[in-house]
Amino acid sequence: MASRIYADRKIVIITTFVAIGFIYLVRLFYIQIIDRSYTLSANNNVLRYVTQFPARGLIYDRNGKLLVYNEAVYDLMVIPRQVFDVDTAEICRLLDISVEGFNERMKKARDYSPMLASAFEKQISKETYGYIEEKLYRFRGFFVQPRTLRKYPMSIGAHLLGYIGEVTPGQIEKKPYYKQGDYIGINGIERAYEDEMRGVKGLKIRMVDVFNRDVGSFENGRYDTAAVMGSDLYTGIDADLQEYGEKLMANKRGSIVAIDPRTGEILCFLSSPAYDPNLLVGRVRGKNFALLNNDPIKPLLNRAIMGQYPPGSTFKMANDMVGLQMGVITKETRFSCQGPASSPIKCTHNHMSPLDVYMAIQQSCNPFHWQVFRAIMNDPDYENVKARYDVWRNHLLSMGFGRTLNTDLAFELKGNLPPSEVFDKIYGKGHWNAMTIRSLSIGQGEVLTTPLQLVNYASMVANKGYFYPPHVVRSIGNDRNKTKFATQKNVATIDPEYIDVVIQGMTEVFEGSHGTARAYKIDSITMAGKTGTAQTSSGKDNSNFIAFAPVENPKIAICVIVEEAGYGATWAAPIASLMIEKYLTRKVKRKQIEENMINANLLNN
Amino acid sequence: MKEQKGIFRNIDRTLVFLFLALVLMGWVNIYAAVYDTEHSSILDMSQSYGKQLLWILTALVLGLMVIITDAKFFNAFAYPIYGITIFLLVMVLFVGKEIAGSKSWFQVGSFALQPAEFAKFATNLALAHYLSALDFDKRKRSSQLIPLVIIVIPAVLILLQNDTGSAIVYASLSLVMYRQGMPGSVLLLGLTLMILTIMALLFDQFIVIAVIASLLILFVFFIRRTLRNILSVIGIFLIASLFVLSVDYAFDNILEQHQKTRINVLLGKDFDLKGAGYNVNQSKIAIGSGGFWGKGFLKGTQTKFNFVPEQSTDFIFCTVGEEWGFVGAFVVIVLFIALCVRIILIAERQRSEFSRIYGYGVASILFFHFFVNIGMTIGLMPVIGIPLPFFSYGGSSLWAFTILLFIFIKQDSNRLQLV
Repeated sequence: MASRIYADRKIVIITTFVAIGFIYLVRLFYIQIIDRSYTLSANNNVLRYVTQFPARGLIYDRNGKLLVYNEAVYDLMVIPRQVFDVDTAEICRLLDISVEGFNERMKKARDYSPMLASAFEKQISKETYGYIEEKLYRFRGFFVQPRTLRKYPMSIGAHLLGYIGEVTPGQIEKKPYYKQGDYIGINGIERAYEDEMRGVKGLKIRMVDVFNRDVGSFENGRYDTAAVMGSDLYTGIDADLQEYGEKLMANKRGSIVAIDPRTGEILCFLSSPAYDPNLLVGRVRGKNFALLNNDPIKPLLNRAIMGQYPPGSTFKMANDMVGLQMGVITKETRFSCQGPASSPIKCTHNHMSPLDVYMAIQQSCNPFHWQVFRAIMNDPDYENVKARYDVWRNHLLSMGFGRTLNTDLAFELKGNLPPSEVFDKIYGKGHWNAMTIRSLSIGQGEVLTTPLQLVNYASMVANKGYFYPPHVVRSIGNDRNKTKFATQKNVATIDPEYIDVVIQGMTEVFEGSHGTARAYKIDSITMAGKTGTAQTSSGKDNSNFIAFAPVENPKIAICVIVEEAGYGATWAAPIASLMIEKYLTRKVKRKQIEENMINANLLNN
Repeated sequence: MKEQKGIFRNIDRTLVFLFLALVLMGWVNIYAAVYDTEHSSILDMSQSYGKQLLWILTALVLGLMVIITDAKFFNAFAYPIYGITIFLLVMVLFVGKEIAGSKSWFQVGSFALQPAEFAKFATNLALAHYLSALDFDKRKRSSQLIPLVIIVIPAVLILLQNDTGSAIVYASLSLVMYRQGMPGSVLLLGLTLMILTIMALLFDQFIVIAVIASLLILFVFFIRRTLRNILSVIGIFLIASLFVLSVDYAFDNILEQHQKTRINVLLGKDFDLKGAGYNVNQSKIAIGSGGFWGKGFLKGTQTKFNFVPEQSTDFIFCTVGEEWGFVGAFVVIVLFIALCVRIILIAERQRSEFSRIYGYGVASILFFHFFVNIGMTIGLMPVIGIPLPFFSYGGSSLWAFTILLFIFIKQDSNRLQLV
């Protein structure tokens, strides 16, 4: 057979077969075992890491009323690399956006990361979500992520509760827990209790097919982690009182803060003008924020802790207490008052003279308090005015003036209570004395206080010498223990017997025949208070009032400031009185006063 | 060898075993590739795995029919069989149904038949018949031309159906010619031209020509520098250069865009992963993600969730690679190589020239499919749509490959009888 001579060629052919088989095996070994990038690509194809956002903790008032809850919304997410053959027009139609808007969003997402998911359209309503979900399988690279929005059923307490917003790149860098698009508390207790309320995000790994349809969990959810819900906050806020306060302060600038002196729990915390907290939620947030931010009456300013006001006459008892404590006056000490003819500070009231501390508080006598202040600044126990000033100042610091109170609210300002060095600088060392700084005797001049400091001061007086830092949250989550504030007892450097003196005086503000707030006493409740009519740089006086009640067993301390409204007795005192009545009796009987207060528009004073 | 009785006498059991192993593995992998929980029964006749079982059973019947047919029938009727398939290939151009751009199918009811698949064994039969004829004289010019014609006619007809992949398969029969005495230099020349083509497409044509020139100059130093040798070298240089230039010209002016893109993707010049490169990329991802042991039966994600196209037909190997890992791929490759080598070895033991040549044809065709199909899935070959024999879903191809193989098994079982 002729062709037998070519039989050796079978070797060539078989060798070729085996060699190619071998090459293929080497190649397979490479792509299956050595090069792991294919596994990664396979996971990118199939796996969708869906973050499980925990519901943020709810916020309750002291009676179990809901202040904040969550509502479900949906974010449409996109992974730019996986967007493939998508009907752009359809998406634009569903979301009601323009083609340019589409391209802009895509560019933003791509700039963030082509491989990672970012929000294409945020906070889609349930209805729109319904339409999109039906067609989602046609939008390769898109998926929907459920989220929650904050809702405020009573529309109160905007400044107190604060708001949440998207994290900034800077925050992400500092706290890697957060990813772009996450929400974080920006202000109020949303900020203060961010860590407690946010919970812990979970992760679900889902599988999708080539059409981006969900085809089940990855390995039966073996690697999934559940989201841990955020802790609820139980606050000391009285929602009804808060709502009532906001009603009273409508069309007025100023602030009301009320606390329970026994615990430091804040009962009411408002800054006026207020705004509906629901405005700063969801897709309308950006627009509304800009509107509020540009409003000349500054509704975003939290006056309760950031408004630094001259305390005016509400400050007088502080001087009395220091004078009594230092022994430069006694409860029997009488000073003379020439009324409007007094020098260097005039008196705005006509009353008997000389008068003691009780009467001086009842009638808010300026000359008396100037003389108390002068006595302090001339105390022979100390060698110079600087030393006496420092002693005076330390007493006031112990009452919570001139420093932050370390509450649970962010951005608290410390008011102003300048150290003696400031006067050394202004007037030169040894060149200033009681006369130079006399305005401090009646709560004017350099001294500035926040409403929170004033109410804390009232609370300290109510407690006869101590206070707990004012705070919003009493307990967190299922832990029924009180927050740390309950253990932080601050003791003022004034003995109770001296405080009794000013309490007596403050009681007579309501009860005395010449009391500045006698028009607003309530028969069933003994109240102690002090009016303040503080001069401001604008030339218009702020109406101030501090009070606590009932005197025998104080349950509420309150501070009311109405900016540029006139006498303390005209606005702040009746509002404080109504608030106390509301809180202690749950019902306001003085309808006429109430109506006058609610209807007054003092914005354009 | 123990004498066997009846029709199964002298059947090579290794070949039958390899055949059954591949068919069964193919069936299981088709099931895995298109598995969905709503149709979880492998016998579900509405799904391709259910239908494939039908194809397998009928293929076995066809195999059996081949075995009970007289061995001499195939040699004797080689030309008529060839003629019928050529006729069918022509017919399909007129009455065929177009599926996925190829007009290669006869549609009878819900049943589609692809004559191109059957033309493979028919051509092989005709070729073996011609080359083994007693009056065959390979020195005659016609003896060199006629085998070429036998091969080229079906190839051209299939090309006309727009089924490039199946047409290229016929090139594999050059291995048969090689075994029959075609000079090795012809194959070598083919290989050289292939390398030159790839170089011309990959690099700038003048760089390629410069490289050829330097290689030839180097070559001149090692040979006797007679005038004749030098002239030959210059001639080789001119021809090679002309070839490179014409490849470039042909690529730019004759090929259609989708063909160009496919070639570019293969050569790594085109990284368009969403266009033409998508299939290969997804295929590599599926296989590559299988790892050593694979993801496990029915646990493949890339194939099952349709990331890999044609996952039950041309890209069936992806399921093997993904679900059974390197181990599974290794087994399949070894089985295929074993099948082809076994066929060559058996072919060489034939006393009948026809049987041997036919055997070589079978090995060449099967190997070529294996070579191109698996090479394609792992990115070593261009995307040419030809099935993986016995594995890929499809009645026509399974039937045709079964007949192709079983004719050889029949011839072999008959080898001890007088020619």
